[in-house]
Amino acid sequence: MFPPIPNPSVAPDAAKPRFGEKDIVRRSASEVTPPAERLTEVAKLIDVTKCIGCKACQAACLEWNNLTEEIGFNHGVYENPMDLTPNTFTLMRFTEWENPETENLEWLIRKDGCMHCEDPGCLKACPAPGAIVQYSNGIVDFQHANCIGCGYCIKGCPFNIPRISKVDHTAYKCTLCSDRVAVGQGPACQKACPTQAIVFGTKQEMKDWADFRIKDLKSRGFDNAGLYDPQGVGGTHVMYVLHHADTPSIYAGLPDNPTISPIVDAWKGVTKYVGLAVMGFAAAAGFLHYVVAGPNKVSAEDEENAEKLTEGTAPPPPDPAQSQGNTQHGSTP
Amino acid sequence: MTNSWTDIRNTDLVIIMGGNAAEAHPCGFKWVTEAKANRGAKLIVVDPRFNRSASVADYYAPIRQGTDIAFLMGLINWCISNDKVQWAYTKAFTNATFIVKEGFEYQDGLFTGYDESKRDYNRDTWEYEIGPDGYAVVDDTLTHPRCVWNLLKQHVSVYTPEMVERICGTPKEKFLHIAQMIGECSSPTKTMTSMYALGWTQHSKGAQNIRGMAMLQLILGNIGVRGGGMNALRGHSNIQGLTDIGLLSNSLPGYLNLPTDKETDINVYMSTRGFKPLRPNQMSYWQNYRKFFVSFMKSMYGSAATAENNWAYDYLPKLDVPSYDILRMFDLMKQGKINVYFCQGFNPLQAFPNKAKLAEGLSKLKLLVVMDPLQTETARFWEDHGVFNKATPASIQTEVIQLPTTCFAEDEGSLVNSGRWLQWHWPGGSPPGEAKHDTWIMSQIFLRLKALYAKEGGAFPDPILNLSWNYKDPGEPSPEELAKEMNGSALVDVLDPVDPTKKVLEAGKLVSGFGVLRDDGTTAAGCWIYSGSYTEAGNMMARRDNSDPDATGAYLKWAFAWPANRRILYNRASCDLDGKPWDPSRKLIEWDGSKWTGYDVPDIAPTAKPQDVGPFIMNAEGTGRLFARKMMRDGPFPVHYEPFESPVANVIAPKIVGNPVARVFPDDWKQFAKTGTPDFPYAATTYRLTEHFHYWTKNNHVNAVLQPQQFVEISEELAREKGIEKGGWARVWSIRGEILAKAVVTKRIKPMTIDGKTVHVVGIPIHWGFVGAARKGFPANVLTPFVGDANIETPEFKAFLVNIEASTGPVA
Amino acid sequence: MNMELSRRTFLKTSGAGIAGTTLGAFGFSEAEAAVAAAVKPFHLVNTTEARNTCTYCSVACGIIIYSKGDLRKGEKADIVHIEGDADHPTNRGTLCPKGAALRDIVKSETRLTQPMVRKSGSDKFEPISWDAALDKIARAMKDDRDANFIAKNKDGVTVNRWTSTGFLAASATTNETAFCTYKVVRSTGMLGFDNQARV
Repeated sequence: MFPPIPNPSVAPDAAKPRFGEKDIVRRSASEVTPPAERLTEVAKLIDVTKCIGCKACQAACLEWNNLTEEIGFNHGVYENPMDLTPNTFTLMRFTEWENPETENLEWLIRKDGCMHCEDPGCLKACPAPGAIVQYSNGIVDFQHANCIGCGYCIKGCPFNIPRISKVDHTAYKCTLCSDRVAVGQGPACQKACPTQAIVFGTKQEMKDWADFRIKDLKSRGFDNAGLYDPQGVGGTHVMYVLHHADTPSIYAGLPDNPTISPIVDAWKGVTKYVGLAVMGFAAAAGFLHYVVAGPNKVSAEDEENAEKLTEGTAPPPPDPAQSQGNTQHGSTP
Repeated sequence: MTNSWTDIRNTDLVIIMGGNAAEAHPCGFKWVTEAKANRGAKLIVVDPRFNRSASVADYYAPIRQGTDIAFLMGLINWCISNDKVQWAYTKAFTNATFIVKEGFEYQDGLFTGYDESKRDYNRDTWEYEIGPDGYAVVDDTLTHPRCVWNLLKQHVSVYTPEMVERICGTPKEKFLHIAQMIGECSSPTKTMTSMYALGWTQHSKGAQNIRGMAMLQLILGNIGVRGGGMNALRGHSNIQGLTDIGLLSNSLPGYLNLPTDKETDINVYMSTRGFKPLRPNQMSYWQNYRKFFVSFMKSMYGSAATAENNWAYDYLPKLDVPSYDILRMFDLMKQGKINVYFCQGFNPLQAFPNKAKLAEGLSKLKLLVVMDPLQTETARFWEDHGVFNKATPASIQTEVIQLPTTCFAEDEGSLVNSGRWLQWHWPGGSPPGEAKHDTWIMSQIFLRLKALYAKEGGAFPDPILNLSWNYKDPGEPSPEELAKEMNGSALVDVLDPVDPTKKVLEAGKLVSGFGVLRDDGTTAAGCWIYSGSYTEAGNMMARRDNSDPDATGAYLKWAFAWPANRRILYNRASCDLDGKPWDPSRKLIEWDGSKWTGYDVPDIAPTAKPQDVGPFIMNAEGTGRLFARKMMRDGPFPVHYEPFESPVANVIAPKIVGNPVARVFPDDWKQFAKTGTPDFPYAATTYRLTEHFHYWTKNNHVNAVLQPQQFVEISEELAREKGIEKGGWARVWSIRGEILAKAVVTKRIKPMTIDGKTVHVVGIPIHWGFVGAARKGFPANVLTPFVGDANIETPEFKAFLVNIEASTGPVA
Repeated sequence: MNMELSRRTFLKTSGAGIAGTTLGAFGFSEAEAAVAAAVKPFHLVNTTEARNTCTYCSVACGIIIYSKGDLRKGEKADIVHIEGDADHPTNRGTLCPKGAALRDIVKSETRLTQPMVRKSGSDKFEPISWDAALDKIARAMKDDRDANFIAKNKDGVTVNRWTSTGFLAASATTNETAFCTYKVVRSTGMLGFDNQARV
């Protein structure tokens, strides 16, 4: 058994966060001075082969983060909700897969959620200064006060993870329970996981543990068992052990080779943070939208809002019928 | 459980059959994943559905629900035929060598003595031959034709791999693969554990399903050892405790039982209970029955229980029928013979079969009292909820009183887990509104009733007026007071029977264990098996030392396990005849030449020599029973009987419908679908989902989010045949009622071929109702038949017949 | 057992051969209090802990209830969070999807908060006081017991049974509640007495 992390302390001094502002290595649409010392990288390892799909992680996430999800419907499958939402940061996805080699049915169950990429596409795509930060331990966190709800983080994310709230129009995703990790705890999902399909520790520990698991899987005939730590995004701070690591996509569409859209990189190349300041933030957002989504999707209204924003006037209240990516609001830089 | 959750880590092979541990007991299932990861253990799942446990199994095989006995007897047959038997264990620790009385026979699915009109057996021949010395006759060579081993061999011979395939629908090669995996555990150094739950109990032959696996485990030498055992996963948090304390129609605390009408006085009562040993030198522990009984009666009635009045024997009600179990009570209710009914944290309108019959019964009560932390359907059976609960309140005269109680988070006390650990807990929150503890409510009812009898007199008031009630606050006894009462104490100074000048225990002191209890009225103990749980050294149940020397998984200093803090039952059987562990790497206890030592509390006297006393001291034989004598109503060996509603006739006994001795009330026969009827062609089964707990968590928003709406599961083949779409509505109906549910169309259920006929399975999760946060739905018991197991009356929820069609869903 | 220590030892000696940087080093350069503006504050600070057992299945997972207010000091306690107890040998801090959402069953909108009565033929529950409800119940029990108690069977044997009233006991209550219930119910001679073990 991977030894459990000790129970949390309720004493005030134990609750002082052990990382924060000074450990930020990246900040969306901003320059940061890199910290003198990098924290040890952390990671969550999700062993899909030990997962029983019980959804304890989903329950623990809702509970710890005080999230209220809507009560939905059954759609003929075990998933619920049917997709990630602003309140569902993590979701079990179920795939009934018949292994062509053995003809055995395999029920592949994957916990979906933010991968905390080393090279985060969301952060790179984000035009709002400080709405997304990355700590030197690898956690990618959203700062809702700075978020403008433009939705570019979704487009920048190779895993399609963030979701925009219709209530406060900002983007939400898994924080890796940064509030828990900051006091020496693991994420709520990890603590709950009944079979320790989710474990948490330093990234190196997690890689070593994964090796141990992969050996066991290979002894049981899963020759392609392996670790999913995709290098296209610089590696991730949420990794999977897969029985069939040669074909990640059979696990409910886990990307085989995730990379950040070249357009996001291009945009960064052209403007950098300085560019944003010069252009004015909303116009920059408009430009990004252009490069990510293509010109045909930038509506006249967007342009108009952008104009107003640069002039310092507030945009009209968002129309719920509008697609999330087209909704602009929030603070100006 | 004979073992504990944490012991599962020690196993080599896990078989999950008759349960779905990953789904229903995820945190206990962790120990399966640990055994796999660290010992290279394998997991086998046998189930009608490829379920959550199967998703992480090494080997899965399908089985048609209600045919487990054929599969298990098939395994025993295969092990015997292929010499996969742990011979030393089987010969010494089971009754394989015992000779059965002449006249005992088995033919065409029935044993000697069947009386069809009574649906019962005369069981006189189901016994051992007793020799002139008064002991059972044995044949150590196993050659006698009537020794248990040869009778067993003959009994299981019909269950060939081909027969298993015909009855169970399990492909022969899959059955053989599993048989080989299991057969390896006949080695003294390889162990299998059985994890089962309601998938085995909820059948008209549930107890025999479990016996079937217990017999297999005995011949493999897997009982009493680390990583082995028969592990009933158990449902509710204290279902073990309530059973221990005897809150059952025919029970007294600690597995003692109530007298029947035939037991006219205490001597007749005791004569059938203090079992004499059946072999020389054996310890037959039930010979202490009288000590436990008298101590219980002293605990109940104090000074009113005396030697002169036979310890208030007549205060106990006597049974004229085997039990007034819940099915019988609801049948009587429907007949208008029950007037007042209490439901304490129990929702029978959802939990028992044939909802229409239950609702009719409830509507004939004068008063229904519901005590619960939550709203329940039972409390609101009279309320109209359209298709989900049709009712006309004006025509229902039953008065309902609904009392708000506290829940776990607001109370203190102990709960018993499946591994028999009594664990103490402390409250963390204030009760909402006017909610009260159940102990307060019960005490208030009692004090009022007592006052009425004191004032008015009435029918036999003695047991009520004399009930021992010496609590600091009679209106609400404290958990400590009640725990100490169950543990037991000395009423006067208890003296050493050998040397009466020595005091064993001073008056008023708590007993340290049940060994101190006496049958002369000098001790009191509410529940003898809990003796030792709250002693002069303190509350043993509250212990929290989680040290585990040599990582055996025993945790002897964590809480308290009954009996006597023992963690693995029958642990003497973990050693050979000389007292050496079968598997030295998995030592549990060991004979050191003068006494038993080791990681667990030995379950025989610490100085009992290994050659003398058998490991199964609760049995008069000192052995485990392959042949159950007359203790099971439906036979000393398990027989494959079809469910009462089955798509096919019984291949081995075509004339027999269901279990031939299961009790069926006259009205219910009419409400069974006929075998193989085209009206109800599909084999249905009910089960839990991991996201929900029975009918509670539909009141919980988070769980309602995770699984919001009722569904049924069917194969892609049946969906195609019936035009039912994934996520579309389906109507499922039995002869008793109908439900409307969403359809989950899945590859995880496949049609089976049973004796040449295609049989489709319809899976029906149970969790929905008309109260709570989740979307309204139908409880599965709208569909299920009103019949129980032949021995203990657990309803047959796991196998019955339905029909199904595409639907447009409920009209609001 | 000190879990932090055990984790350290384990990581060094495990089959996984992990070198053992351990959790203390989650990248936290020995906790000089960082400027925390960025990270959400840890919301269990200054709560009271109570050790309890999950109310659902018989795995009996250890849980810790975190509350505002301390019952031991006679205060009202409002539960803010429930989490698995890492010291518990069986669950080691883990919980299933029911256990992980325990707070919301305690705080369910369908919790009962006051005694109610549904009168004969009525279509609604109405409030009733505890005293009135308990008096009614005791009276109904006595009337039924006096009318239907069977002291002797037809053969003249003393049987002292009461079969026209029944009682179903909960299986999530404590042993102590169960014993209290047992005493009260059995002393009346009631036989229609059962619990969920029957299902």
